[in-house]
Amino acid sequence: MDNARILVDAPIFALQLLVDGLLVGAIFALAAFGMALVWGVMNIINVVQGEFVILGGFVTVYLASAGFHPMFGVPIAALVLFVLGVIIYRAVIFRVVERDLFTSILATFGISILLQQLMNQLFGADIRNAVSGFGTVLLFDGDIAISVIKLIAFAIVFAVGAILVVFLKSSRLGQAIRATAQNPRAAKIVGVDTDRVYATTYGLNAALCGATGALVVMTWVIHPFIGLIYTVRSFMIVVVAGVGNLAAVVAAGLGLGAVENFAGFILGAEFQAAFVFSLLVIILLWRNFRLSRHRKVLR
Amino acid sequence: MRYSGIRQGAYVLLGLGALAAPMVFPAYQAQLAVLWLMVVLALTWDIMGGQMGYNSFGNIVYFGLGMYVTAVVQRDLFFDVEEYAAVAGGIDAQLSVLQYFAGLSLGLLAATVVCVLVAALLGSGILGLRGHYFAICTLGLGVAAGEIASGMDYVGAGSGLVTPLYPADADSRGAFFYFYFLALATITLLTLRGLYARRFGLAINSIRDNEDKAEAMGLQTTRYKTMAWCISAFFLALAGGAYGNLIGFIDPIDVAFAGSTLGVWMVLMAILGGKGTLWGPVIGAAIFHLTQEIFWTYLLGWQRVALGFLIIVIVVFFPRGILGWFRERRHRYVVAQDASGDPA
Repeated sequence: MDNARILVDAPIFALQLLVDGLLVGAIFALAAFGMALVWGVMNIINVVQGEFVILGGFVTVYLASAGFHPMFGVPIAALVLFVLGVIIYRAVIFRVVERDLFTSILATFGISILLQQLMNQLFGADIRNAVSGFGTVLLFDGDIAISVIKLIAFAIVFAVGAILVVFLKSSRLGQAIRATAQNPRAAKIVGVDTDRVYATTYGLNAALCGATGALVVMTWVIHPFIGLIYTVRSFMIVVVAGVGNLAAVVAAGLGLGAVENFAGFILGAEFQAAFVFSLLVIILLWRNFRLSRHRKVLR
Repeated sequence: MRYSGIRQGAYVLLGLGALAAPMVFPAYQAQLAVLWLMVVLALTWDIMGGQMGYNSFGNIVYFGLGMYVTAVVQRDLFFDVEEYAAVAGGIDAQLSVLQYFAGLSLGLLAATVVCVLVAALLGSGILGLRGHYFAICTLGLGVAAGEIASGMDYVGAGSGLVTPLYPADADSRGAFFYFYFLALATITLLTLRGLYARRFGLAINSIRDNEDKAEAMGLQTTRYKTMAWCISAFFLALAGGAYGNLIGFIDPIDVAFAGSTLGVWMVLMAILGGKGTLWGPVIGAAIFHLTQEIFWTYLLGWQRVALGFLIIVIVVFFPRGILGWFRERRHRYVVAQDASGDPA
């Protein structure tokens, strides 16, 4: 708890943590867009989310080792993961879309183990990263240091969010996606090819995760077994924000990033992962408590 | 029942085989003990995952918690914590037979109490959640437990905890744990058979089939769900406590909260054999454990990839599992017989 006193004594340090947390929170929000999309449209909780993120990271790592700048990893990882997402949809997911949630959770859980172990076999269990080489900016006479890649990531997330909103609102495919989310049967009746909509949605989710992974690998590190924490983060964000509201997803993502950063500092880095997973339990308990109060009012 | 004679004969044979196995294959006592452990894991997962329709990916929490509580009680009863850590359960830390078994039984007792309490506490909170929230929540719970344990110095943090040495030679040790796990598996199976035949079984089945309706009929669903989780926790604590002693060394992530091995296997075994049936998990566990020993070694590191693949295939194409598949076939056969026998 000594670290907590540092925060009180040196408020500038708290500001540093806050800024850092908000910036990384945006990256979490990017993967959460995808989860919200798949959850809202296909009614599937996609446990594979984290593995998609890590795969996007590996694409970027290999791109960087081939001599490209890792920034190219953002679009290319998104593209590769889009294809992979559509393949996974065509192979497995389409068989479980209309089945109950338990089946789809177990199926995506299986895919997540498959991908995780496959990455371990193919790429090795080493910790990897890609250096963006953008350096840092200093603010307030050098009291606050912000790495430029995090700023770029922040901007990318907002840009992607805006594009996503416009795409869903006005494009033909976006409208089809929203129609399917509202009522798949009715959408089918008016001529929407729901199967194609699902495939696109799942691919889009994988692409968003891939882009997230590219940003993650430039900001921190990845290894094959770290995926689950990104699934859990996306899930938490969507649970707090709801599935139909991208602005709320961004807000929840930023909040999660900030909270996590402070907790990591106060509890120590070795407990940061434990904190994230415990936070999940706490959020769900809190949600349940709120719902049970709501139920009592109804009675 | 036409089959009852055959069935009783099969039970007797199975029982005799189980009792004779450690004498016939003395070199494989530990492996066979793990077989019964697998049966317990699959059976306890199936209470929630199969009979109640609540996928829990975090049942491993009680397994690991039971293991740690047992080991800590065993350690703290007879040793000074720091001294014990210094010798790391080494040669000096030899206990007498009486001390060892007193420590083990007290430890197991404490483990069951702690695990059931934790299950009741956590369950009354998160089991108000519907299935999918619960599933992800337990997924987080399992990892959180491992992370917390590897940060706690009192239980050896990331470098693990050594359990006290078994006070006799290796042969009797293998036999002891074999019969312990055999007894545990039998008791678990019999208890569950009794429970599934009673109101409890009907209640959790109705939660699986239609929870809203069950609640509307006046069933206290959260209470039954919590009860089911407590029962899982009880048996998992007994399994975990002894497994820690069988392995002899508790690593927080690879042995105790082994989400990527035992935690996944219990799900796989239950759905492989047929979730929602009494004998399905037993069959699944037996097949999984035996084939794992035989052909897993040929996969050379790809076995966990195969594991993920197997889960997908079973869930998507074979959701009823082996036993469910046979039942469906028999059902179809009977229906077909009836139809052909009916002249109208």
